[in-house]
Amino acid sequence: MSGDPILSVRDLHVRFALASGEVHAVRGVDLDVQAGETVAIVGESGSGKSQTAMAAMGLLASNGKAAGRILYRGEDLLKLGPRRLDRIRGDRITMIFQEPMTSLDPLYRIGRQIAEPMIHHRGLGARAARARAIELLRLVRMPHPERRIDAYPHELSGGQRQRVMIAMALANDPDILIADEPTTALDVTIQAQILELLKDLQARLGMAIVFITHDLGIVRRFADRVCVMRAGEVVETGRVEPIFADPKAAYTKMLLAAEPTGRKNPVPPGAPILLEARNLAVSFHIPAGWFGRSAFELKAVDRVTLALRQGQTIGIVGESGSGKSTLGRALLRLMESEGTIRFEGRDLRSIDLRRNPEIRRELQIVFQDPYGSLSPRLTVGQIVTEGLLVHEPGLSRAERDRRAIAALEEVRLDPAMRDRYPHEFSGGQRQRIAIARTMILKPRVVVLDEPTSALDRSVQKEIVDLLRELQRVHDLSYLFISHDLAVVRALADDVIVMRNGRVVEHGPADDIFEHPRDGYTRALLSAAFGGWAGGEEPEMRSDVSTAMDL
Amino acid sequence: MLRYVLRRMGSAVPTLFIIITVSFFLMRIAPGGPFNLERPLEAKVMENLNRIYNLDKPLWQQYLLYLRNLARGDLGPSFVYRDFSVGDLFANGLPVSIQIGAAALLLALLVGTALGAFAALRQNSPLDYLVVGVATFGITIPPFVVAPILSLVFGVMLGWLPAGGWGNGALANKVLPVITLALPQIAIVARLIRGATIEALRSDHVRTARAYGLPTRVVVVVHALRAAVLPVVSYLGPAAAALLTGSIVVETIFGIPGIGRYFVQAALNRDYTLVMGTVVVVSIFVVLFNLLVDLLYAVLDPRVRYD
Repeated sequence: MSGDPILSVRDLHVRFALASGEVHAVRGVDLDVQAGETVAIVGESGSGKSQTAMAAMGLLASNGKAAGRILYRGEDLLKLGPRRLDRIRGDRITMIFQEPMTSLDPLYRIGRQIAEPMIHHRGLGARAARARAIELLRLVRMPHPERRIDAYPHELSGGQRQRVMIAMALANDPDILIADEPTTALDVTIQAQILELLKDLQARLGMAIVFITHDLGIVRRFADRVCVMRAGEVVETGRVEPIFADPKAAYTKMLLAAEPTGRKNPVPPGAPILLEARNLAVSFHIPAGWFGRSAFELKAVDRVTLALRQGQTIGIVGESGSGKSTLGRALLRLMESEGTIRFEGRDLRSIDLRRNPEIRRELQIVFQDPYGSLSPRLTVGQIVTEGLLVHEPGLSRAERDRRAIAALEEVRLDPAMRDRYPHEFSGGQRQRIAIARTMILKPRVVVLDEPTSALDRSVQKEIVDLLRELQRVHDLSYLFISHDLAVVRALADDVIVMRNGRVVEHGPADDIFEHPRDGYTRALLSAAFGGWAGGEEPEMRSDVSTAMDL
Repeated sequence: MLRYVLRRMGSAVPTLFIIITVSFFLMRIAPGGPFNLERPLEAKVMENLNRIYNLDKPLWQQYLLYLRNLARGDLGPSFVYRDFSVGDLFANGLPVSIQIGAAALLLALLVGTALGAFAALRQNSPLDYLVVGVATFGITIPPFVVAPILSLVFGVMLGWLPAGGWGNGALANKVLPVITLALPQIAIVARLIRGATIEALRSDHVRTARAYGLPTRVVVVVHALRAAVLPVVSYLGPAAAALLTGSIVVETIFGIPGIGRYFVQAALNRDYTLVMGTVVVVSIFVVLFNLLVDLLYAVLDPRVRYD
């Protein structure tokens, strides 16, 4: 440690006044940031890591109050009036946010938005600010900065928007850049590029970075020091290597162990094929005119062939827009497609599933969003048994209740909670409810569409374990759709890597993870596991940038 | 953009055609006719009238005749105001209704936006509740209550303004009708702006603007209010069409020679051509203002582009 810290947080408390009482979100946090270093604040949702940063920036919600001290070069940010604070934020301390899609004003060109803080803090004229904005866009490696400066945010991809945010953050040469989960909303290959960019800019410009994240992989690759938070408190802090090598706090150990582990038992060689697709294709017609003239055809799924055996899990991996979710839906006949789909040898496309509900019952799906996919106006018991009303209308109320209890027990939820409503449950519990709703129908094939993506790592691990257990007990076949390679590795027998609707690689999970052949698969793997999961340095950096045509 | 405008104009033609057709036959299904008066006319007179106005021809011929005249811009003669053609009636009344309606709309936008933004910036304070309360009141009180009260207080009791009449379009005569028409619109605009501003102030990009130390004035006016205006713009289309084509209540109570009165009078009198004329004029206004609003929306929000 050298010299005085540039930012020091002392005994910070953040409280929110709610109708139901007070929430004490941050409880006595101490934190020091030295000039030029990278400090990671790591924790799961609700740990208070973001609110710590929001308090420093004066951005707490109107019902939030911060107490304690946040000293920037000796000045207490919490005591500054709005004008004095406005002189520091956006100039000496800047911030980038988790939501690249919404953090820029949709109504103004990005050039104007990058220029605004410069005009404001540095008194630059419009022309000078524009020239500097172009320079900054070049610095954050935006392609064609002279043209892109006049783009609106919606004309840019998520990664590009985050680059614009970074350009804005660097405009006034800040001392500290606070990055609040800046890559969480981005695909893994884009995430790797943004992280690399931040690292490079820090080396060149010398600002300190406070990096807020839930992702330990990023911490390990990126930070000098780490501060682990849980329930508003710092549980462990120190240099990154010793903490990763020898964590002291039980919670840190748990976080480090929360990476999904274990492998699925292989399928017996003679297992019958349940679901089979040949040259499955889904295309969307993007209309140009009012009268349905088709401007062009988007091939969301382009001639995919696969065969799912009883008890097998096929992992479908790809980034957003790769067509993996569309494939899952088309396989279950939830959307129209071309090609053949066979379920137990019968041509699924020629069967009217409304007339044959018993087939529908055997093909089920679990969705990504545990918040949006449960009706808020039904009790958990009603949600779980809703499918039975359709598929076994003759059941008595008592019998349905008995099944609900069994289903909830099977997903390790207390059946006594079946009279409550979804909003009373956490994300992980809701996903268990969604799984119980599926399992009560005794399906044979389940499409799992990113069921763990919205969850914290430690909760993910539990859901992965649960899914494996259910599969073993009921001999289920899974189609597991995910962008999260660590989870896929823990669950899948076979892996299909998709990109732009096409299969780029298909094979047994071990082969794909150990010896990826395709360049894009390699880029995905190195971006996801970086230098730490497999213990090897990412070697595919150049490949990452060529693989993604930004 | 020009192509879009032309296409929208083009698609308005079948819309108008359907509206005209449906109204034409609906009107004829209604019992009675323009010459069924309380004291029945002599059969010979009736026959002559029917012949002059082509009412003796089969309905489909009358319909085709109407369409042919309409295509030439001829709305036909009024059956009840015998000395005027429907075109004359509108030429006299429409400018009056438009003047009153446009003034009311402008007033509503200015005052409503100011009140809404004022309330949003003081969300959940007594002043906010006051604005919301008054706005709700403004929406619930119907104009046929507001109009006589205003007329009574400012016209009769205080004597500041004329209690009614058009006075050849003197400014003083327009004040009370404009206010009566504007009041509920002010309330609606204020509520829309308030809600949208509150939402915009909580949005991520406003948080960004604050995080970058921009002054409150810039944050509110540049980044929050522009977004908040968008829902009002959508509301503006139907509102403008309704206001500019006059209001039966306001025109009747204040004795203003606009076209609002024709809606009801023409229908009651079975003045077939006047009813059809009103339908045509109002439809054109609705189509036109919805198009204008869509274009304005595209100017304000770059995410919306018509190509």
